Amino acid sequence: METSSKEMVKTNSRSKQKREIKKLAIHSFVIALGIVMLYPLIWMVSSSFKQPAEIFNSVSFFPSDWTLENYTQGWAGVSGYTFGLFFGNTLLIVVLAIIGNVIACSMAAYAFAKLDFKFKPIFFTLMLMTLMLPFHVTVIPQYIMFNYLDWINTYYPLILPKFFAVEGFFVFLMVQFIRGIPNELVQAAEIDGCGRIKTYWYLILPLSVPALVTTMIFTFIWTWNDFFGQLLYISDLKLYTVALGLRMFLDSAGESAWGPMFAMSTLSLIPLFGVFIFFQKYLIEGITTGGLKG
Amino acid sequence: MGKFKLFWKNNGIGYLFLTPWLIGILTLTAIPMGASLYFSFTSYDMFNAPTWVGLDNYLSLFSDAKWLQSVKVTLIYVLLGVPFQLAFALFIAVILNKGIGGLRVYRAVYYVPSLFGGSVAIAILWRQIFGGNGLVNNILGKFGFEGINWISTPDTALYTLIILMIWQFGASMVIFLAGLKQVPVELYESAKIDGAGSLKQFFQITLPLITPVVFFNLVMGIIGAFQAFTPAYIVSGGTGGPLNSTLFYTLYLYQKGFTQFAMGYASAMAWILLIVIAFATAIVFATSKKWVYYQG
Repeated sequence: METSSKEMVKTNSRSKQKREIKKLAIHSFVIALGIVMLYPLIWMVSSSFKQPAEIFNSVSFFPSDWTLENYTQGWAGVSGYTFGLFFGNTLLIVVLAIIGNVIACSMAAYAFAKLDFKFKPIFFTLMLMTLMLPFHVTVIPQYIMFNYLDWINTYYPLILPKFFAVEGFFVFLMVQFIRGIPNELVQAAEIDGCGRIKTYWYLILPLSVPALVTTMIFTFIWTWNDFFGQLLYISDLKLYTVALGLRMFLDSAGESAWGPMFAMSTLSLIPLFGVFIFFQKYLIEGITTGGLKG
Repeated sequence: MGKFKLFWKNNGIGYLFLTPWLIGILTLTAIPMGASLYFSFTSYDMFNAPTWVGLDNYLSLFSDAKWLQSVKVTLIYVLLGVPFQLAFALFIAVILNKGIGGLRVYRAVYYVPSLFGGSVAIAILWRQIFGGNGLVNNILGKFGFEGINWISTPDTALYTLIILMIWQFGASMVIFLAGLKQVPVELYESAKIDGAGSLKQFFQITLPLITPVVFFNLVMGIIGAFQAFTPAYIVSGGTGGPLNSTLFYTLYLYQKGFTQFAMGYASAMAWILLIVIAFATAIVFATSKKWVYYQG
């Protein structure tokens, strides 16, 4: 849309009207595309309340005959193990992974951001390099190692690595954040008699809450969505996670049971959605930190 | 003071805080990398000791039709999916950045697919949507078209997964939006006075100034796409079918390593993947000097 400066000076109702129409057109386009994008998701949720026959021949958002049958049938799970168990298992892994990531990554980040020690630049470069490393290169020896330790079919391979700050993304994110904490504050704390450990605990951690929350949220989402790791290490049904439960369900019930599968799929997305709704700000910050300040 | 004591006095606290990370990088990254490199030159099934075979694994990869197929599938996925995803993300970000309001809501709506996209639930949904009795064919039917089973047709299966990837453009869109916000408004104002239209403004101001963000999204997109696994596994039921048309590189690696226990072979595959990703990123880095502009 070209508006020359002369016309701008005149600023009459016509150009204002034109702008309003343009705005409206953009809104309509963005909303229409948004609906197209969300359509599959909404359709899935609504299908989870539909009778089986309706799933196959209705493209509508609203079930004509509401039913909760899919949820009760789906919740019953596979071979006597309910989705309640799978949800509990996933939650346990997620919570422990979050604790591990928060502790280990914040410690490493504090060291990189505020402490001086020999070889720091080398280690820091190494940490940055791990950001790009495809995990396939390490996963085979790791699997062999965990097998040797008899940890296959336990949650150790999924949780313990988090206590050793293996995800460079979070270390990097926190380094960026902690660097922003003024050195004067750190020195003041030291003058007040805080050792480095106390400074970390009473100053750095409380001030880093936004970065810690971002770490918690991303750990939650990634661990909740993780499939490869769980597929690799867990084969015992009673240790199954939601992702594995869904997969199993798809294989055993096949395509005939779309209703229950959609019901459980919907439930599996609710925690993600909840986290998103409550912590959108931190999530967006986390995504952009990597992209812009890096 | 002894040498060690002095070293500890100056560096101890740093190393104390770095300990978890150091243990991690050593036991979970460095040693496994060395081991994986060694395994890649051996024949190893986990149950018998590895036997040295030299370059055999690497050489036989190139005569393994399935491996070549997995390379082809993955390259198509990366070369089509990443550019389309980025183009979409940038297009929508530019539109949302026009100051029309409601930014927070729109951003949330477009981001939701990225949030859910990696989950098994969405892969299951995709399998239904593009199946024979699926939603897509249902919609086509309403318009009088007869659909095919997109997922079990070798010519179309991969493209359903590419659509799934493009659908998740929200995360890169969020980064683009943040980048666009940093473009000084005055530049647009003076361009308007000079009579530059929207397209001209985009190509002469917006695009050059956000090339660093394009660069970042491109690199992350490539790295991510090469490693995609869940959608192909779920949609094809772990087979990479029909006719290996969705046999992603990582899926074949998983099959070789963890269902056939050809650990040496899979390790060689992992190293090739590392080299290819490093090479692809290096190309982007090398060409970036020509097209990425950093504000002085």
